[in-house]
Amino acid sequence: MAQSDPLATHRHAPGRLRGLALNAWRVLEHRFDAVFGSACNPLRHLGALGFLMFWLLAISGIYLYAAIDTSATGAWHSIDSLSREQWWLGGVLRSLHRYAADAFFIVMLAHLLREWLFGHERGFRRFSWLTGIPLLIFASVSAIGGFWLNWDQLGQFSAVATAEWLDWLPIFGSPFTRNFIRGAAVSDRLFSLFVFVHLGMPLLLVFGLWFHIQRISRAAVFPPRPLALGTLAALLALALARPVMSQAAADLAIVPTALEYDWLLLAVHPLTYAISAGGVWMLLAGTLGLLLALPFLPGKGGTAPVAVVSPADCNGCRRCFDDCPYAAVTMISHPIRRMGRELAQVDPVLCASCGICTGACPSSTPFRSTATLTTGIDMPQAPIDALRGRLRRALAVMKAPQPIVVFGCDHGARVTSLATDDVAAFSLLCIGALPPAFVEYALRDGAAAVMVSGCRAGGCEFRLGQRWTEQRLAGTREPHVRASVPRERLVTVWADRGDEGALHAELDQLRMRVRTSSAPVRHV
Amino acid sequence: MSDGKPQLGATAWAGQVLLYALFALLVGVFSNWPTYRHLAEGQSLIKLSFSHTGKPVSECHTQSAEQLAKLPPNMRAPVRCPRERSPIVVELDIDGTAVFRHTALPSGLAKDGAASVYHRFPIVSGSHRLVVRVNDDLRRTGFTHVREDSVTLSPAQILVIDFDPATQTITLQ
Repeated sequence: MAQSDPLATHRHAPGRLRGLALNAWRVLEHRFDAVFGSACNPLRHLGALGFLMFWLLAISGIYLYAAIDTSATGAWHSIDSLSREQWWLGGVLRSLHRYAADAFFIVMLAHLLREWLFGHERGFRRFSWLTGIPLLIFASVSAIGGFWLNWDQLGQFSAVATAEWLDWLPIFGSPFTRNFIRGAAVSDRLFSLFVFVHLGMPLLLVFGLWFHIQRISRAAVFPPRPLALGTLAALLALALARPVMSQAAADLAIVPTALEYDWLLLAVHPLTYAISAGGVWMLLAGTLGLLLALPFLPGKGGTAPVAVVSPADCNGCRRCFDDCPYAAVTMISHPIRRMGRELAQVDPVLCASCGICTGACPSSTPFRSTATLTTGIDMPQAPIDALRGRLRRALAVMKAPQPIVVFGCDHGARVTSLATDDVAAFSLLCIGALPPAFVEYALRDGAAAVMVSGCRAGGCEFRLGQRWTEQRLAGTREPHVRASVPRERLVTVWADRGDEGALHAELDQLRMRVRTSSAPVRHV
Repeated sequence: MSDGKPQLGATAWAGQVLLYALFALLVGVFSNWPTYRHLAEGQSLIKLSFSHTGKPVSECHTQSAEQLAKLPPNMRAPVRCPRERSPIVVELDIDGTAVFRHTALPSGLAKDGAASVYHRFPIVSGSHRLVVRVNDDLRRTGFTHVREDSVTLSPAQILVIDFDPATQTITLQ
């Protein structure tokens, strides 16, 4: 007996190409889950890994800035000697700085790709998408500027190539490249511009990152500890195995030849010489324009319904405020209750329409005796009263002696595929939208067991729904399942879209357990 | 399907080591390899780079007493010169072949700034005969500055052709 939600028309449906790529990405993610565990899967923490790289860059960068002689004549020697004479600290930090920048670029692009594949450029996430695009520019400019500070032949090549590329734009009265026409032209003053580019851009990056995560509560600015330690160890091992060394000192009388080249950060220069400066500008402008236009291109995924607060049922407990993954709920003075009581207020621009607030609301308990169940905060497209009504009706008509109720999530494994004569399956906006009291309600109303399913850990479409549900069912987060509920009759399964086979297997096991247990048998 | 808890077996741990190593390998390899060679072997580079202010487009002229009298007292300069500067015509021949001809316009809204030229010429290393011609005066036909010289370029060497405003000569460095 499938009880799916037919009203969620706002959800994003990917095109054919994106759908294929998304499936391939999911397969990869699931393979990584098997290795790392889904909670520590790096593919599910790309944004947080980007932050880790940024912290690493900042810490190693502060040390390097203290060590570098920021003059045209002294920079190369100061950095080169750091790697040779103090390899065990300065050299390692220098290598970490470089490799963290490479890794930052990789995880940043992977993060962009993943968010696009999951359709996260639209709707309430549009702000995060749009504020993320400039970060690509800030990070790239800062990374390229970092090579100039070494003032070795690679830095020289990059600086000259950048100048020649910039000169395609009619923005300098005299060609910027003339600053590199001969050695004497590179003054300490020009070098201070290099320093400004390399340090100023990260400041812009910090500012941009702050905007980027503005509409996310409990933003993950640090990955899970095992993942952070593993990544750090990998980069440290690389820094020790292959320390970054300066190439020959810059010499503007010769063209640097046979450069050991950083293709991850400096690919733009060979591309410029391979096509043209104008061609690369067009390519860059086109790519950035497309990325910025993506949220506005026609496609499915319109405006989602917004959570609605019922002042009469809201007691100002703040649970929805605490649990909202997108900081869409704020608390204001309650207009009809006594002074000091608060009322939840939803910002429609921020609301993701996930229903996690409804799952958090203590008024969402189905045990309330009102004919129509109204709760403090509810989703118009999937009211909590409708869920109670469907659950009641489903259990009433089921003839199986030991029926099982399954609550699932529209974004995880399809629970509707489980529906049979002895299974009533309900797919919610997010599993976090399930008030825990529904588990007890289903068991009291005739269910022999309840299965709760949502996305794998770290894979919740709405970030925190799976985590909150797990904690609510474990009794560590309010509202929680009461201690008196027999835990052997409750099973949780965290399964992504595509994991339906495993979901069936878990259900079969649950059936077996129910048959051999003391679960009550209904006589219909 | 997974509960997300790190209950991992030996195979998973080995897999983690392998994947972290692969990530480090990806970063380590492409931050150094493949080697990039900007110029082919046996090549040198000539950079033609000017930033030079041309001569005024017309002669200065002396103002008559009547003309001066019509001007405010603080603007009564007896000689008035045009602000606009001549565009600069540059030609480069290498080994008797004309490889570049360009007219650089003066910068600025009033066209009173320097005219700039920047162009790169990768060239086979060795001896070459260069002829550089510059005309920075609109009022004159032909070229105001000409430099002919033979140069021998070693591989990867950069030769800069510039204009020295102090000596008003074309330089090869």
